[in-house]
Amino acid sequence: MTDQQPGHGNCLLEVRGLTKVFGELRANDGIDLEIKSNEIHALLGENGAGKSTLVKMLFGSLEPTSGQIFWKDKPVRITSPGQARALGIGMVFQHFSLFEALTVAENIALSMDQDVSIEGIAEQAAVLSREYGLPLDPHAHVADLSVGERQRIEIVRTLLQNPELIILDEPTSVLTPQEADRLFETLAKIRAEGRSVLYISHRLEEVQRICDRATVLRHGKLTGACDPRLETPASLARMMVGSEVKSVSNAGGTITDEILIETRNLSAPARTPFAVALKDVNLKVRRGEIIGIAGVAGNGQSELFDVLSGEETVPDADDVRICGTSVGRMGISERRLLGAGFVPEERHGHAAVSDMTLSQNMVLARHHSDADVFLTGGPLKIIRYDAVKKASERIVREMDVRMSGEDPVASSLSGGNLQKFIVGRELDRQPSVLIVNQPTWGVDAGAASRIRQALIDLAESGSAVVVISQDLDEIFEVATSIAVLNEGALSEAEPASMMTLERIGLLMGGIHGEDTKVEAQHAH
Amino acid sequence: MTLAEAILLTITTAATPLLLAAIGELVVERSGVLNLGVEGMIVMGAVVAFAAAQLTGSAYLGALFGMAAGCLFSLLFAFLTLTLVANQVATGLALTILGLGLSGMIGESFVGQRGVQLEEIAIPVLSSIPLIGNLLFNQDLIFYISIFSVFGVSWFLFKTRLGLQLRAIGDSHGSAHALGISVIKTRYLAVMFGGACAGLAGAQLSLVYTPQWVENMSAGRGWIALALVVFASWRPLRVLAGAYLFGAVTIGQLHAQALGFGIPSQFLSALPYLATIVVLVIISRNRRLTLMNTPASLGQSFVPDR
Repeated sequence: MTDQQPGHGNCLLEVRGLTKVFGELRANDGIDLEIKSNEIHALLGENGAGKSTLVKMLFGSLEPTSGQIFWKDKPVRITSPGQARALGIGMVFQHFSLFEALTVAENIALSMDQDVSIEGIAEQAAVLSREYGLPLDPHAHVADLSVGERQRIEIVRTLLQNPELIILDEPTSVLTPQEADRLFETLAKIRAEGRSVLYISHRLEEVQRICDRATVLRHGKLTGACDPRLETPASLARMMVGSEVKSVSNAGGTITDEILIETRNLSAPARTPFAVALKDVNLKVRRGEIIGIAGVAGNGQSELFDVLSGEETVPDADDVRICGTSVGRMGISERRLLGAGFVPEERHGHAAVSDMTLSQNMVLARHHSDADVFLTGGPLKIIRYDAVKKASERIVREMDVRMSGEDPVASSLSGGNLQKFIVGRELDRQPSVLIVNQPTWGVDAGAASRIRQALIDLAESGSAVVVISQDLDEIFEVATSIAVLNEGALSEAEPASMMTLERIGLLMGGIHGEDTKVEAQHAH
Repeated sequence: MTLAEAILLTITTAATPLLLAAIGELVVERSGVLNLGVEGMIVMGAVVAFAAAQLTGSAYLGALFGMAAGCLFSLLFAFLTLTLVANQVATGLALTILGLGLSGMIGESFVGQRGVQLEEIAIPVLSSIPLIGNLLFNQDLIFYISIFSVFGVSWFLFKTRLGLQLRAIGDSHGSAHALGISVIKTRYLAVMFGGACAGLAGAQLSLVYTPQWVENMSAGRGWIALALVVFASWRPLRVLAGAYLFGAVTIGQLHAQALGFGIPSQFLSALPYLATIVVLVIISRNRRLTLMNTPASLGQSFVPDR
């Protein structure tokens, strides 16, 4: 077999000059990539660097504009996921394509090409999951499983197809540190069997730990190919981001004894079978403090946000207190009038109406709390568009929101810029209490550091801030105290300086779906 | 035939059309499509079945044409909602209104004619079992089909790969599409199955229940069938229970009215609806189980991305 390039023999997958153009945007521009057999290859890059586009072309869900893919040195055209699977490429998606109402075995059966009985699949899946250390009950309903367990289904389902190359898209973003360790062991086992892994991530530490080689993308272009173990985090970051990201400065304001947010033994039942019940949540946030609430997704984060913001009320008004007032039975607008601000999780459809302009989105959030500025005409409540426009321009300037046109619709902004606007919309009111849920989810590094700095500045100016986030780096960057949410129960807040990753991981419940078994063993 | 037997027989006759239409709609809704046109499809099935039976002299051909009419009518719904992505609720309502009007027009010349009745088929040996033999094994073909359809659909949905795919589409059509399952094709087939069932239910009305054609003879059974599916939490065996309960109370209150208990007849007429709702609400009080069985993408249009 002749090598395409000296020194890079036995390539499993090779990509030459792969380009994908969407209208004006060159999402991928002349990408070269080589994955050898028997290696874990990292694909590094910021959000929007073109990692997903590249992977979609490799998996057949997007067609390249130009360029060539070679599989085992033969040129191939991959036109569908089915064809990719037939070649021997398997993929574990970031957003799971699982059916909540079906069982684990049924979910796996659906992705198998040949007709195998569900009982047969349940057995096969159970054997395979034991072999790879991915415990799964084939007859459990997906809706009852944690995110970590759901990921195991995706991995087992991919392994059942016996692929030679497995693509994993940001697999650890939903896992506890312990679950991530477990995943790395599985990946090492997969490599030991002679399979290859393409590991997509933006977490440098992980990549250095488990990957043999790395390819780095920035703005759709290749910026480096290296052995990550020989690089420093700083040099990898430079390849990824281009320039150094401005680091967030956390001088730490003075924390007074005045409690601005308080919950007392707050419990709320689960509203749907897919929701989480809150159990005896005690939270105290003082003036000048930022409490970071960590936890794996689906452990009660949105439920906690809802009762704090007033999207869900609780029967006992005293259970939630904001600025000394019992607000348990108050709605969102009444709580805003007390000086509170809220930034919910999903940008589109929850924090903002995608098809409305930025200024209209601002009125929607603040028409009640800032009625004296934005409304006129007494009971007629006519919107004063001049004041609205001024305020929204002020937010755009303050938060450095980049956009096209004067007052564009929300959906035309990139995720990071829209998020900056949404956070800015609350900060503009100088709230004495701010509660944010996943403030920088899917946001580029520049915007994320801008948002984090704004949260710190707000606390330093004398507000109480609650940041609910799955991103532990973010929590350590902004929080003065850290608490962990696990299955609807909140741990006691501890000073950030005393916290370690291991401690947080344990508070998160270690490895989900297994902890009960471990406890049972200890009991014997 | 004893009096008790005669009463039980009328109950099965009253329950069969509800059962058929509801089982058909159950499959449609499990695939994530809400077809509110059941009433229209039943009445079209009834008029076409009657007309075909009159013209050919064969009740069996009549039933076959009734089924085909329901199926064809549902194809119109499928084309509008699945191919042209029209709103399912509005299209379903339109289908019902169209069916009621169109059937009146087709059936105009058949009003008052004496119809052909579908004959009973006695199953050897089984039909001579005392008490239940005559009731369960000396019935018309549509009755046998209705009972068979409950177990057939149950087996199909929960034991076959195609049934699993259909449920997956109803749960999340986006994910199903991503796995390479043909969402639109499966939904077309499901809607057509629902249409055929509703058409056969209509044929039962004009060939078995009352062998004649009367305008609007479906008399709201399509709506009852729709309600049965929801209250039965999309489970076939519960639909069977619900349909027979409704049939039983309907017949029971007729006898009560005839005997004259001094209870207002309006209340008695409302009784079947009340009883069915109460019982089905009680059996579906397990919210978890109900939500697990509710097709999550019910009523949502699907447009595949490219």
